[in-house]
Amino acid sequence: MRELDGNAMAGDLREIFAFDVTVARYTCAGCGDGGAIAQLMLWGQEMGHVARCPHCEDVVMRLVHGPDRVYLDLRGAVRLELPLAGV
Amino acid sequence: MARAALSGRLTWRAGTLVEARPETPTARTLVLDVPDWPGHLPGQHVDVRLTAPDGYRAQRSYSIASAWQEGGKVELTIQRLDDGEVSPYLTDVLEVGDQIELRGPVGGWFVWREAQQHPVLLLAGGSGVVPLMAMVRARGIARAKQPFRMIYSARTPEDVLYREELPRHVRDDLGFDLFLNFTRKAPEGSPNPPKRIDVPTINTHGWPPDFTPDCYVCGPTTFVETAADILVALGHDPKRIRTERFGGTS
Repeated sequence: MRELDGNAMAGDLREIFAFDVTVARYTCAGCGDGGAIAQLMLWGQEMGHVARCPHCEDVVMRLVHGPDRVYLDLRGAVRLELPLAGV
Repeated sequence: MARAALSGRLTWRAGTLVEARPETPTARTLVLDVPDWPGHLPGQHVDVRLTAPDGYRAQRSYSIASAWQEGGKVELTIQRLDDGEVSPYLTDVLEVGDQIELRGPVGGWFVWREAQQHPVLLLAGGSGVVPLMAMVRARGIARAKQPFRMIYSARTPEDVLYREELPRHVRDDLGFDLFLNFTRKAPEGSPNPPKRIDVPTINTHGWPPDFTPDCYVCGPTTFVETAADILVALGHDPKRIRTERFGGTS
């Protein structure tokens, strides 16, 4: 098991979204704390990632790779705030 | 419509190893030629994917060490982890002329942009120095004026990456300072005994919080958490602290 952070999800997210989601600000559904997706605590390998809130450790995002598709579970984030142009 | 949307997605491309430079006994820099590389910002990384003959795949993220220049190459510095699945292949097996699959550049959060006007503090633990080195190189190429300080913590003098190049930046790039901290063995005759990075180290060799520096911290999780906690305790604004952790077990 590796311990990384949300920065390491940039490639997997950029494969499914046209913009860099790691700069987006999340609001945690568990504790209401927020930060950049890049700051989430990340567990898992390439088959799937679990990203947890660094404040309360609730799961904010899950990303799982199937044979021909990606499953993204965002129920731990009540909100995502995305910059429209540049950062 | 669908096609246009798909074209915005990031895909894998082949990179060819054109040069390999040993950095330490356990780390080497891979210089890769990647056709149509769009360029990158210092601090960004790539995903590397290896596929075994039986179809088994392993994927890892590696920071880009080089600053981008038109027509330039993509350089990755790989630290070999003995129980690793990917890094020993990249440090010991891959030969000039071989190809690997790359996806990137990615990551827009842990980056330094020349337009940022604040002083910069770089805190590196072990091979966490790699993306910070890209920032130092980019600043040097751009002859940027923002003052930079780097605190780089390594186990021993033999483990220091870019051992010859870093002092050159101190000499040639006005406003760049470097402090090396050693955790296991200090150089012969050093006044500083080996120790973990601590409050006095960052207080003495960093910037005062009043200067509102942009702080970049990269290294293993324990290093990153310790260094970021110290910065906050010293009064640095958490919004100005950017961190990147790596597991160090792959």
